[in-house]
Amino acid sequence: MIDVVMPQMGESIVEGTLTKWLKKPGETVGRDEPLFEISTDKVDTEIPSPAAGVLAEVLIEEGKTVGINTIVARINDGASEPAAAPQPRQAEPPAPPTPAPPAPPPPAPVAEADGTPVPVATVVEETAGPLSPLVRKMARENNIDLSQVKGTGAGNRITKQDLETYLASKAAPQQRQAEPPAPQTQAPAPPPPPQAVATIPQTVEVPSPVTSPPRVGEAPGTRVEPMSMMRQSIAKHMVFSKQTSAHVTTVHKVDFTRVAKARDKAKGNVQAQYGFSLTFLPFVLKATCVALRQFPILNASIDGTNIIYYRDINLGIAVALENGLIVPVIRNADEKSVIGLQRSVADLAARARSRHLRPEEVQGGTFSITNFGSFGSVFATPVINQPQVAILGVGTIEKTPVVIDDAIAIRSIAYLALTFDHRLIDGALADQFTAKVKAILEGWAEEIS
Amino acid sequence: MLTGTCVTTVRDWGLLRWDLAWERQLEFVELRKSGAISDQLIIVEHPHVVTMGRNGHAENLLAQPEVLERSGISFYETDRGGDVTYHGPGQIVGYPILDLREWKRDVHAYVRALEQVIIDALAGFGIAAGREAGATGVWTDAGKIAAIGVHISRWVTSHGFALNVDTDLNYFRYIVPCGLTRPVTSMRSLGCQAERGEVVAALIRNFGRVFERQMETL
Repeated sequence: MIDVVMPQMGESIVEGTLTKWLKKPGETVGRDEPLFEISTDKVDTEIPSPAAGVLAEVLIEEGKTVGINTIVARINDGASEPAAAPQPRQAEPPAPPTPAPPAPPPPAPVAEADGTPVPVATVVEETAGPLSPLVRKMARENNIDLSQVKGTGAGNRITKQDLETYLASKAAPQQRQAEPPAPQTQAPAPPPPPQAVATIPQTVEVPSPVTSPPRVGEAPGTRVEPMSMMRQSIAKHMVFSKQTSAHVTTVHKVDFTRVAKARDKAKGNVQAQYGFSLTFLPFVLKATCVALRQFPILNASIDGTNIIYYRDINLGIAVALENGLIVPVIRNADEKSVIGLQRSVADLAARARSRHLRPEEVQGGTFSITNFGSFGSVFATPVINQPQVAILGVGTIEKTPVVIDDAIAIRSIAYLALTFDHRLIDGALADQFTAKVKAILEGWAEEIS
Repeated sequence: MLTGTCVTTVRDWGLLRWDLAWERQLEFVELRKSGAISDQLIIVEHPHVVTMGRNGHAENLLAQPEVLERSGISFYETDRGGDVTYHGPGQIVGYPILDLREWKRDVHAYVRALEQVIIDALAGFGIAAGREAGATGVWTDAGKIAAIGVHISRWVTSHGFALNVDTDLNYFRYIVPCGLTRPVTSMRSLGCQAERGEVVAALIRNFGRVFERQMETL
């Protein structure tokens, strides 16, 4: 077996991201034939196989970043007979209990054959590659069925520590309940030993020994994953917004009963005539546009010490994507009817999810609306979409008992949450605006056709 | 010629479609690997094209490939490093095909050297540009002016850099998600009126100096 390691592609390089396997386990590979690709700093590099043979196992999956000299695969070159035990170098217990940082790189990619981890497999270890002699010996002596042991080493392999944990749990299942340790029959059940030195750095992201500080949460079972560019953009934008604006949220309770009636009346027709369903959202958009015309300071931006008032009302609609969020814009929303707004919402949301938006469709918003109610939220405190100065959140609409003229009635109630930038907008004004939206919705008279 | 100085052959392919240029590039890479040719620096200009590197994130492509096609922009996935990028008229694209074993076996050093070539060339036109930690490419106060994305196979390089001379920067909007990433810029939008030919000459000159090559233009 030949170990294939993450190569060092330059002096200052301490880790690489494995971007693509060019061979699958079981495939034959020629010496110097490209085996996998790695990426460091805008450079993608094809790595040739150090030997001819069969790719026996892949230890690092695509997308993982690992330190240089981490073993990423093994190639069965036919030279070393699989069943034969590798030299028992491993058996010498690694004395110093320091958790091993990836050792200074040995020069050749072949020289690292002494890892403890063994494949997850039954005792028929030959099928899956060599077992570490130490693990094999322990398994034999303790009569362990290795298929019952969960491996936590590289590539989910079983390590000595896994065996010890397994033995401890078998021998004394109660032991962990703080009782004084009863004498044990078989297993010495040592406390989890300090990391065996010779273990290969765990499959996942090794903190690079030189540059990055040790990461938190590298306990077994954790997973580290790079953020997508969209995630990074959202993260930056959210923090930027919080640092920029003085966020205040005001919440008004709105009776949607009249809107619900108008919607119920028109729903069937809209579906039949236009082919989309009519939701509550376009009613809120319509009311918002009317209120924005009355309170233009909410349809504005701050530029230094100037206030920019926008003539057009371009409503951003937050659309949840599978792994992110995008806010496409309905331009001149105030010129559209309820049905026209519904069409725009449906169209933009669908194209946002299929990534068919044009650049200009995600730019130029002057006010945003987020409909967290569609996910069941009653109210939330949205973050302003910079450089805008306010965002309206729509909570879920629920039939609720309310008191009207000392009688209890069932009404369709929702909370509207307006987050505004207190640098520009004072609370009284924000509440006047929201009250206006509320009044329009509660007094809804317009027929939708 | 100085003894011990490697020769790098410079070829200007003029305006050439990206996919055709890639095919030709691959031929050159194979020839270079086999030792049939010396190091090459290919200069080219592409019609509108968006390419996605191996580590590209689909989110960074704002428009679907079909939408791009309709706008006259080709789209290809490539094997270079880096994410999504745009090439088009007004850009100088450079594809050095070097065997790094004859220079330094260090991919970071190579990328830093490419940056240096561009930074020095820009300095000659009075443009102050530099590096940004963690963001490969060449940057000015107004934004990114040159992009870098490299592929290496057996230490032979392909792909390379793209410097915006008088590129229509609007085209970059197709690959900017939500308008949230950092801006791009060009020499022209920084007020530099230099012609393409002058800039190419400066790049070649600085390439020779930084990589210690004798540049031989075909």
